[in-house]
Amino acid sequence: MSMKVKTRQVDGVTILDLSGRITLGEGSVTIRDAVRDVLAKGSNKILLNLGDISYIDSSGIGELVSAFTTVKNSGGELKLLNLTKKVHDLLQITKLYTVFDVKDDEATAISSFKK
Amino acid sequence: MLLSDVGDWHTRIARTALADPTTSRVSYTLDSSLDSVNKLEQIAEQCAERAGFDEDTIPHIAMAVREAAVNAVLHGNAYDSNKHVKASFETTSDSLIVRIADQGPGLDPDKVPDPLAPENILRGSGRGIFLIRAFMDEVNFRQLHPGTELTLIKHRTPAQSGN
Repeated sequence: MSMKVKTRQVDGVTILDLSGRITLGEGSVTIRDAVRDVLAKGSNKILLNLGDISYIDSSGIGELVSAFTTVKNSGGELKLLNLTKKVHDLLQITKLYTVFDVKDDEATAISSFKK
Repeated sequence: MLLSDVGDWHTRIARTALADPTTSRVSYTLDSSLDSVNKLEQIAEQCAERAGFDEDTIPHIAMAVREAAVNAVLHGNAYDSNKHVKASFETTSDSLIVRIADQGPGLDPDKVPDPLAPENILRGSGRGIFLIRAFMDEVNFRQLHPGTELTLIKHRTPAQSGN
């Protein structure tokens, strides 16, 4: 199953609802393009909702990191929402859990972005 | 789903059903493509399931095999249509042994940067070998001149091996 992205805006934050797999050749390029599109439209507060991501490999992890640094370098913030246990465990193993700002409640995540 | 249900393979070298129903060996030669990566991941999942690994361990084995396959296809053979990936899955009484070999320039595992090092933590790549080692009990590299063969071993518990 390839990855799908739905974009919505809530209080100035762009939420990307991702579903499917983030792997080499499937979701990794999709994320890159989606984040670039958001930045190109002038928004740099991005919340990646990973609640429906069934699987992620090292390429997918790399894309999340690249998206994080791209947004940060543009002066914005990228946060993660609703990690599944598998994704949570992967971020723990790779010591990235503390790099990302991870939220498990959308409202709390939205209000945590700098105004 | 049986291994034979997986689909069209470029070449199937051998499949051996051993006398013990909990042991088996199957080998493949595949194109250097992402499709091969997905197929090897799928087979790994099936082999791990048949070997009796638990639901937490099966996806770890499948991911380790996927990462090894990505290394072979992408970093080893560089998607070269003239090069192939050889893979074998062997279930013995005490282990699942997966071998994946490419025809690339060779991989020196000692030269792979530590992805947990502070200077590497925000790199966009370089976590594949780390994840393979994290999820498998033993990982061995063998230089083939040309190419690299990775051997991934996951030990079965006595209950899984039927002992």
